[in-house]
This record gives sequence, C-alpha cells and structure tokens, in this order.
Amino acid sequence: MTILTTYISWTFLVLGGFLCISGAVGLLRFPDFFTRMHAASVTDTLATALIILGLLLQTDAWMVQVKLVMVLVFVLLTSPTASHALAKAALHGGLKPQLKIARGSNKAGQQSEAEA
Amino acid sequence: MNMETVINMVLLSLLVVTAIAIVRIKDLFAAAMLAGIYGLLSASFFVMMDAVDVAFTEASVGAGISTLLMLTTLAMTGRFEKISGNYRPRLALVLVALTGALLIYGTLDMPAFGTAAAPVHEHVAPRYLNDSYAEIGIPNAVTSVLASYRGFDTFGEVVVIFTAGIGVLALLMRAEKPTPRTQTPTASMHEHMVLRIVAKMLIPLILLFGLYVQFHGEYGPGGGFQAGVIFASAFFLYSMLFGLSEARKVVNHVVVQILAALGVLLYGSVGIVSLMNGKNFLDYSALSADAVHGQHLGILAIELGVGITVTTVMIIIFFAFSGRNQIEGEKD
Repeated sequence: MTILTTYISWTFLVLGGFLCISGAVGLLRFPDFFTRMHAASVTDTLATALIILGLLLQTDAWMVQVKLVMVLVFVLLTSPTASHALAKAALHGGLKPQLKIARGSNKAGQQSEAEA
Repeated sequence: MNMETVINMVLLSLLVVTAIAIVRIKDLFAAAMLAGIYGLLSASFFVMMDAVDVAFTEASVGAGISTLLMLTTLAMTGRFEKISGNYRPRLALVLVALTGALLIYGTLDMPAFGTAAAPVHEHVAPRYLNDSYAEIGIPNAVTSVLASYRGFDTFGEVVVIFTAGIGVLALLMRAEKPTPRTQTPTASMHEHMVLRIVAKMLIPLILLFGLYVQFHGEYGPGGGFQAGVIFASAFFLYSMLFGLSEARKVVNHVVVQILAALGVLLYGSVGIVSLMNGKNFLDYSALSADAVHGQHLGILAIELGVGITVTTVMIIIFFAFSGRNQIEGEKD
C-alpha cells in the first residue's frame, strides 16, 4: 500500500467518524422528530459508506474487498429505505414537521423548514 | 490498558445501560427495540472475544428474529403494560439483588478471565483444536464441535426448536377466523411503494445470503441455525410488505409444517444410518468408506436438516403470530 492510498483511506475514515459523531450530536440536539431522523440517517448512509470506502483501501485481499462492496451496496439500499419508512410512518401517524423555531436561535430550524 | 480492553469496557457498560433502560422504560415497543440493541451489543462483545459463530447467531437471532417476534406479539397485546393489583417492586428488587449477589459470589471461585489454565481450556478444548482438522477435515473448528463431536446436543437443540414450533401451532392454530382488531403496524405498509421495490430487490439477495451461510458454515462462521433465521427473514419481509394472504400463496402452510418435521427427521436419520453401519449414533465416519469424507457428508446433511427446521419453524411462528390478529391481508 502506498503512502497516497493510506492518506486517502484515512481521510475517508476520519470523515466518516466525524459524520458519526455529528450525527449523534444532531440526534440529541435537533428540535423535532424529522430533523433528528435526518441526522441519524446521515450517520446511517454517508458515514457508513465513507468508513467502508476507507476500509476498502486498507486491504489488498480482493475477497475482503468484494465483501466490503457487498456490505456497502446493502447499506446504501437499506438505510435510506429505513429512514423513508420511519418518516412515512411518522407522517402516517399524524406527526407534523415543526416549522417554526420554538425558542432560541437553533440552526436546526432551517433544516426543519427545508424538510417541510 | 490496550485498545481491546477499552472496547470491551465500553461494550459492557453499554450493555448495562441498555439493560437499565429496558427495565425503566414503560413503552413496550421501545423495550423490544432496546432488547434488539442489547442483542447487537452482545454480538459485538462476542466478536471481541473471537467467538464469531456465536456472535453471528446472536446478531441474527437475538437482534433480528426475536425482536421481530416480540414486535409481532406486541401488535397483539398492546403497547403498554397493565399494572395489576399485586405489583410489588420491592420484593422483586430484593430477589434480584439476592440472586445477583449469589452470582457474584459464585464468580469468586472461577478462574481469572481469559486464563489459559482455566478448566474449560484443559478438558476437551485442546483435543478439538488440535485434532479436529485431522479427524473432521473442515477448517471451522466450531462447526466440527457443534455438528460432529457434539452432534447429539445439536440434535437436542433442533428438537427443542421443533417443539417450540409445535407448541405455537397448538396454541394459536385455532385462530383461523380471528376477530377484527385495530390496525397493526404492518397494515399501514401496504401502500409503501418504495419499501416494496427495495424489498423485491433485497429478498433474492437475502435468500442467496442464507444459502451461502448454510453451505459455508464449514469454512467460516455460519451454519444451519443462522442460515435458517436469515432465510426465514426474507419470508417475513415479504409477508410484512405484501400482506399475509400473499405470503400464504408463496408458502403453503401444510408444506411448511411437513418440512419442519422433515428437517428433524433428516438429522435423526443420519444418526440411524450411522447406527446401522455399526458405528455410534451420529458418528458420520460410517457414511462413507473414507472416514473424513463421511464426516463431511454427515455435517452437510445435518446442517441442512437444522436449516430446514429452523426456517420452517420461524415461518410457522411468525405466521401464527401475525395471522392471529391480521385481517388486513385479506383486504389487499
């Protein structure tokens, strides 16, 4: 493995790790269900995909790479679908997205509006 | 303190936190989901201890199927627990504390965690690890132990699963004409186009993965139990998204019941064949002129039996549970 692939791999891994943490923060800090779900789904899809991409570059065994690609495809198919099902179930159950910021100037309010 | 210890400590603390959350939470749906998380955390812990086969089983059964079955049950019973008159948390707490104290007292006599001198590492384990490749000829020593050395125990496990299936059938079978109830969570899924399309893409892959796990158990983690659960989950997915009556068209109930018995029979008859060839019950070396080849054949056959029984019993249980209160399949 060359220096270059090591750098690229670690960039992916660190980015993925950062998105995991930021997703967790969003999950706790965002104002309503839909924005929180958005944060969680970023962790589910983008962070996982980046980490798997980073891991892909870490190994030279093609068997491991094939398996990682399969995991990646599976995650990219299922995670957005799960988020979709969750959001739809919430809407179906009568939960409306919060359109106004209740109090304080929370940045998440903009996302809440965008989602609506 | 090395990295592995840190990860173990984090996982075990998360297990404790999840357990406390399960006890404290009032919403039973959330409790069931937390139980699934508990299963997943245990699976991660097992991976850390290099017990990948057990981790695989825990992930597919503990985090997957049992959560699903609990949710199906909750669709029947309701979301919140009813607190009855004789609710005595103090007594329960005292009992639990007492049991916990006794268990901790029991651990004082145990050898230190991970010691090589522990009795479990000195009894039959060295024999399995050193000789199993020569005797059984498959790389995964766990499958050798499970399917060959301890074949009779595994036979018992399959019979237990089969008995569970019969029990569920006996208790819930009569509910062919259930009274209409309020809509279950699966009912609202019927219009979900995205879910249906993704499920159609995934179901063949899940079935394929199940087959891979089934027949790759001799070389890597896997085997009949995990494969059966994975295979059955594809049918669950189908019946949740397309309705129970559609799923019943795919899986004939009578065939499933016969298959459940056939799996156990296949396992048992391999043992009978060994007996008739003059060897011990479930001694697969009797199956072929070459002893190691016979072991291969036997393990393949009994794993197939395990897989068939587990798949069909899971399908029976799921259908019995969701058929009990679901009318909306017919509305489709």
